[in-house]
Amino acid sequence: MATLTDVNLRHDKIDTILSKYPFAETFLTNNGVDVTNFRENSLDDYFKSLDPEHIEDHAIDPEHLLDQFSVFISQMLSFLGEDDKVVESITILPGHDKSGKTENFSEFIIQKNEIVSIVGPTGSGKSRLLGDIEWAAQNDTPTGRSILINGKTPDKKWRYSSSEKLVAQLSQNMNFVMDMSVFEFLELHAESRMVTDSETVIKRIIEEANNLAGEKFDPNTPITALSGGQSRALMIADTAILSKSPIILIDEIENAGIDRKKALKLLLSEDKIVLMATHDPVLALMGNRRIVIKNGGILKIIETTEEEKEILTEIEELDKKVMTMREKLRNGEKLTS
Amino acid sequence: MNLVTVSGPPSVGKTSVILKTIVSLKNRGLKVGVVKFDCLFTDDDLLYEKAGVMVQKGLSGGLCPDHYFVSNIEEVTQWGLENNFDILISESAGLCNRCSPYIKDIKAVCVIDNLSGIGTPKKIGPMLKSADIVIITKGDIVSQAEREVFASRVHSVNPAATILHVNGLTGQGSFELSTLLFDKDENITTLKGKTLRFSMPAALCSYCLGETRIGESYQMGNVRKIDLGKKEI
Repeated sequence: MATLTDVNLRHDKIDTILSKYPFAETFLTNNGVDVTNFRENSLDDYFKSLDPEHIEDHAIDPEHLLDQFSVFISQMLSFLGEDDKVVESITILPGHDKSGKTENFSEFIIQKNEIVSIVGPTGSGKSRLLGDIEWAAQNDTPTGRSILINGKTPDKKWRYSSSEKLVAQLSQNMNFVMDMSVFEFLELHAESRMVTDSETVIKRIIEEANNLAGEKFDPNTPITALSGGQSRALMIADTAILSKSPIILIDEIENAGIDRKKALKLLLSEDKIVLMATHDPVLALMGNRRIVIKNGGILKIIETTEEEKEILTEIEELDKKVMTMREKLRNGEKLTS
Repeated sequence: MNLVTVSGPPSVGKTSVILKTIVSLKNRGLKVGVVKFDCLFTDDDLLYEKAGVMVQKGLSGGLCPDHYFVSNIEEVTQWGLENNFDILISESAGLCNRCSPYIKDIKAVCVIDNLSGIGTPKKIGPMLKSADIVIITKGDIVSQAEREVFASRVHSVNPAATILHVNGLTGQGSFELSTLLFDKDENITTLKGKTLRFSMPAALCSYCLGETRIGESYQMGNVRKIDLGKKEI
């Protein structure tokens, strides 16, 4: 159990604890400890003042709470004290496919600001690969793969910490479910990430999201009232700017109502590593390399060829044409050939 | 044998998470058994049977489900030992959000879902706050931001727990969970003498004994009245 040397959580004045660790208030609030009238007293005084019936009714366990409080503060301190150790690269070391055949590559290094596509039929093992990365596998998952971060065996924190996850995900099926405005929502997210200058960050996210979405939205719009394109734009901008995870997995992005190329650029400009599971040629060819998955293993890694890049330019134009037509239809215009 | 207690509000996906996790446990050659506790009805035992898992089910019917759980868990443990399980998983729904059928020194897993709203971690009592592992489900259908906010709320009420995201449909995360459940050095032979992590709510009033009529004159025993305040109009 973690112990704090500079404060005594049980006997020190609550005010002293809170002025030293302002974030501690969140813990007390979320645990239903109302210390408004006890700021000059200790937590011990607070617990002693409680009616036994209140303790029973609210299922309060003072000893457990004090232990948890101490763990919470220690964790927050180590979290805040950390220098931003940037994830510069991840390395995948080969494991084997479902039939036990060793994967045919020696090591696969992905640098930050890079997009790598993942292709392969459903059930071929794409989510296992992601799982291996997220769990920072050390030859201890069903595929036997190992993952290195910045060329080294990763810290255990990537597995168990709730605030630091290696992979953030954006997928087709995602929806906003909270009942609040865009601004309130971003504020809440910023707060959970302990961002100090939240106003500026929120403003930037909304700007970027509006830049990606075809139709602009207002900070006061309820998040559940955003259109599909606007939601995707907000999710991407928010993940790019506010999520701490260095790796973003994108599971297809529908092209309706959002500029996908800009979206990827935004993610890369925030020093992310982007993995994209997609069979849409416009997206898949945007990566310099693509991983082909078959039978649970990485079958091969293909570099995007010059010819493919030319093809990409063609289909991007086509894509643009379709988008323009869509826009015209939306505006009640007629299409002309 | 290892014993793991899993609980969580109804419909969060406890059974799906357990079923996916069992696949990974079985791949390691472990023999797994399940006991499902529920109130009135459950079909989940069939799902376990279909997956080739030995299962028992217990319906509490007219009794408080968690009281029923604690009165039967020792017998169930003995059943597990007779059948030479390496790991016995008990699954029960936490219905009043307060109870935690968790036992000291026995691994406790709480399952909650991202859809339940960010106020939920604050509302759930010992079931969440005293769990060793908290599994958050349905992460595939909410935004990354909501996942992060939800996980941070859970963390603030139970900082000591390991928080994992598991997708009950695809099984994403279930392998990882399986590595946390089994400890080869742990060997339970009985639960006698062990204690619950938290006491259960008291209930002993006329309604416990079958009273159905409403009104103060029918109320006896442990009865408490709502505080409606005495505001002057």
